[in-house]
Amino acid sequence: MPAVQETVDRVRRIDVDQYRYGFETVIESEKAPKGLSEDTIRYISGKKNEPAWMLEWRLEAYRRWLTMTEPTWARVDYPKIDFQDLYYYSAPKPKKQLSSIDEIDPEILKTYEKLGIPLREVAILEGVEPKPGAGSPETRKIAVDAVFDSVSVATTFKEELKKAGVIFMPISEAIREHPELVQKYLGSVVPTSDNFYATLNSAVFSDGSFVYVPPGVRCPMELSTYFRINERNTGQFERTLIIADKGAYVSYLEGCTAPQRDENQLHAAVVELVAHDDAEIKYSTVQNWYPGNSEGVGGIYNFVTKRGDCRGNNSKISWTQVETGSAITWKYPSCILRGDNSRGEFYSIAISNGYQQVDSGTKMIHLGKNTSSRIISKGIAAGRSQNTYRGLVTAHRKATGARNFTACDSLLIGDRCGAHTVPYIEAKNSSATFEHEATTSKISEDVLFYCIQRGLSQEEAVGLVVNGFVKDVLQQLPMEFAVEAQKLISISLEGSVG
Amino acid sequence: MALLEIKNLQVRVEEREILHGLTLTIDAGKVHAIMGPNGSGKSTLSHVIAGKPGYEVTGGEILFKGEDLLAMAPDERAAKGVFLAFQYPVEIPGVATMTFLRTALNAQRKARGEEEYSTPDFLKKVREISKQLNIPQDMLKRGVNVGFSGGEKKRNEVLQMALFQPSLCILDEMDSGLDIDALRIAADGVNALRSPERSMIVITHYQRLLNYIVPDVVHVMSKGRVVKSGGKELALELEASGYAQFEDAA
Repeated sequence: MPAVQETVDRVRRIDVDQYRYGFETVIESEKAPKGLSEDTIRYISGKKNEPAWMLEWRLEAYRRWLTMTEPTWARVDYPKIDFQDLYYYSAPKPKKQLSSIDEIDPEILKTYEKLGIPLREVAILEGVEPKPGAGSPETRKIAVDAVFDSVSVATTFKEELKKAGVIFMPISEAIREHPELVQKYLGSVVPTSDNFYATLNSAVFSDGSFVYVPPGVRCPMELSTYFRINERNTGQFERTLIIADKGAYVSYLEGCTAPQRDENQLHAAVVELVAHDDAEIKYSTVQNWYPGNSEGVGGIYNFVTKRGDCRGNNSKISWTQVETGSAITWKYPSCILRGDNSRGEFYSIAISNGYQQVDSGTKMIHLGKNTSSRIISKGIAAGRSQNTYRGLVTAHRKATGARNFTACDSLLIGDRCGAHTVPYIEAKNSSATFEHEATTSKISEDVLFYCIQRGLSQEEAVGLVVNGFVKDVLQQLPMEFAVEAQKLISISLEGSVG
Repeated sequence: MALLEIKNLQVRVEEREILHGLTLTIDAGKVHAIMGPNGSGKSTLSHVIAGKPGYEVTGGEILFKGEDLLAMAPDERAAKGVFLAFQYPVEIPGVATMTFLRTALNAQRKARGEEEYSTPDFLKKVREISKQLNIPQDMLKRGVNVGFSGGEKKRNEVLQMALFQPSLCILDEMDSGLDIDALRIAADGVNALRSPERSMIVITHYQRLLNYIVPDVVHVMSKGRVVKSGGKELALELEASGYAQFEDAA
């Protein structure tokens, strides 16, 4: 059928021209010597003026990493990574000690401006309709921590957050200023021995964000970190640690982009969340790393370990992710439901096009009594991409009354892509109730023709149908991210229809 | 003046010829009924006019307002005023009917170089039309045709027709799956849209629909051709004697 053919042809023409964040910032940088050794780790630790315990922690992780092998169980295929051919630390060369945002290299500020990330302390919601109950636009602000290659370049609204008792700062600073908190929580959710990439991260992580919300405090604004890989042949290994103490609430957003390059770049982050009694953490990601070009050349290898620990009773952790970038995505944001009545949620949209490979999903580990979890996953595959949902839902034998609902829907555009669903379900307690639903459908030519007959272009029609398909998940995002995500979905699929 | 001129149209689907030189002229403001047995090519004709992929035109031409319709992309045809009310309207989960209507209307207006409707103007217009068609507001908030009854789906088609104000409406078996009350509501909606500038092609197997939408001209199709044309009384004649008499004529 001509239309089918047309759609498929257009999908094949997907190109990097669609990637709008592919520019490079020309800036002097300071790098660690290439390759990985104990010296590299000492160099990084020294750069950050870290206390001795931190260096020891890193070295221990490094020694452990040397004994580990790369995991191969994911449905992704890539040439072997030469870990000695990478830079593990790169920082914009500081001209002098920075005391205010005005002293940041203007090139970097320009980069963030181009990306639409406000580093100046302004409310960015002007003219946008507020979500019901979200407060008026002028009172809604977003605090941003911007990470450029290996260092945090700016954190906004620090003072205002401090008044509320919230600590939001680069983790490198937190190690020096709040060592008791960092030592207590770092590695308590994702231990240094957890997996190959998490262990590597533990050894070489250079920066990331640290958040601590004290008991009973509702964080007065959305917190956001924006990650940018700029330097060539440089891995980015950020580490994020978020703690919501008893009865606290925080909503955290994360965004990522990288320049367009022919070589692959490695990104191996670790995110740890800890929610104490009655606390709630909402973590949203819009991941748009460079996906590689139409031949599958270049792009980010994204090997990320994200895990939340519902440590207290009645605590709640909710992951929402919109994944459109990266050549390879290997990522399973998970929840350990340790506290009684705790709740974990995972909402995901994963879009793959061109030669992208996505193996993503979640783990819900029910340990406490009457814990519940909910998984809504929407995978969209176009081009020659492979999109896999991999999920684990498990109930410990003491987890009486555990409940899970899982819905995995996949949508295929064209006939050269693949969607796969790999659910693992284990119930060791007979009172557990687990539900799993999965569907796979092809975008129907009849639906497209109906839209086109009403005046929509082929591209608009695909965009509309896809946005309808992912609506349940988009609704979970904070509004300003939902708008961005919706645009991103259209851009990611732009090549799919011309 | 002729709004639509179809001359000697030949159409194939996967090597098989379905229309073997069909000729039909429709003047502005007229309602033409096309009747005929299953497989006579009625739906093929409606799909080819709207530009549905999968059909190969091997001969003949279609002029719409004097322009070469076959040279236009299907969304272009919609913007120019060709509207096909589908026999089986599709469901689009997650896309609110209101969003769909607005996106489509603005896409058409943009293609014609007209300004987009403002939100209040658009809402006012949709409310007005949906009231006439007895469409409850909550239906407009639901996904396009998701969970709609047969009657609701057809009313939703008429709603779009009223909103887009096309100059050519093709109603493909609008009566299929409708009970008599639902049929009357839909037909009333269609009749309200009759005007000296707007032409309609009403495709149906049964004379029943034509009691509600009274045509100016009736054509009988058989085996890919128009085999007989006449006034509205031709439909009654068919109802009495059936299509068999035309099978040989074709």
